[in-house]
Amino acid sequence: MDLFYTMLVPFIMAGVALYAMGRKVDVYSALVQGAGDGLGTLVRIAPSLIALLAAVHMLRASGALELAARILTPVLDCLGIPAETVALLLVRPVSGSAALGVGSELIAAHGPDSYIGRVAAVMLGSTETTFYTIAVYFGAVGITKTRYAVPAALCADLAGFMAAAWAVRVCFGG
Amino acid sequence: MSVIWTGMVVVSIVCGLATGHGAEVAAAAVEGTGAAVELCLSIGGMLCLWTGVMEVMRRAGLSQKLSRLLRPILCRLYPSVADDREVMDSISANVSANLLGLGNAATPLGLDAARRMGRKSGKVASDALCMLVVCNTASIQLIPTTVATVRAAAGSVTPFDILPAVWMASAISVGVGITAAKVCARLWRD
Repeated sequence: MDLFYTMLVPFIMAGVALYAMGRKVDVYSALVQGAGDGLGTLVRIAPSLIALLAAVHMLRASGALELAARILTPVLDCLGIPAETVALLLVRPVSGSAALGVGSELIAAHGPDSYIGRVAAVMLGSTETTFYTIAVYFGAVGITKTRYAVPAALCADLAGFMAAAWAVRVCFGG
Repeated sequence: MSVIWTGMVVVSIVCGLATGHGAEVAAAAVEGTGAAVELCLSIGGMLCLWTGVMEVMRRAGLSQKLSRLLRPILCRLYPSVADDREVMDSISANVSANLLGLGNAATPLGLDAARRMGRKSGKVASDALCMLVVCNTASIQLIPTTVATVRAAAGSVTPFDILPAVWMASAISVGVGITAAKVCARLWRD
């Protein structure tokens, strides 16, 4: 199984390239152009990552995170969510790059293959920047009465966080 | 975001001084910026490679193929616009772009669908529009490349071994979102 995951990336690359060649796509120029777009994304998120990781490191050094975690532990315990991820839960719906910063911080601090590291990764992978998305969509259409969109979206987020912790326990034990 | 960032900084200074960790808090700011630059450098290469592979997928027409497969399911999710071909085309293209992780392509497609829906309902969000927004606030990306890249940068040998867990969590999250939207559509009183 490990070999499958190790080879997944090269296989996807080869598979996509072969399929695209079959469809007469100029694979290499598409690849390079896409990579250029990726560089643009990286440059766009870098400033906010820097600002946010500075604040996250400060929060961690000050002991405020542990305090918040301790206060919220009973609630999170009931939901089956590890208390260490409290900062990630709070920023995830608001900012994508903040969540990436907080999440990668958790992954680096606890180790990528630890329970916390995996839960953080799954949370990042299975939820979206809810408030940003809502603002973009309703802003673009000029909707002022959003009705039940926000509560329903937050239900999905909460379910995603709980499911992330549960799914990691099911798939990896721990 | 301004409130959040300022709040984070102020809280850490107050907390740091109260617990006698003032000096550590000051040092942590510098350390954090360094960590951010390192993170960008370490995920940069794979991030660019993935967006490249995704561009190849897009040009090869994989997204169109997916969206054709998705149509029957989507018609059941959006019964009120199911007979509007253009809206359904935008929605299925939006969903398939989301599945493939083409975030930059998904948003304009989703907005296109939203605008067409909005023309009928004015300033109030219709049930279909709420469903579209809820579905877009839940992540359904099949291969979460950014997260895997971060895990690889942190030293994981098999950064993709979280895939089944991500799929399970995504499915539950989307399922709950859709259910909540459908239930609210019946019960909501303005």
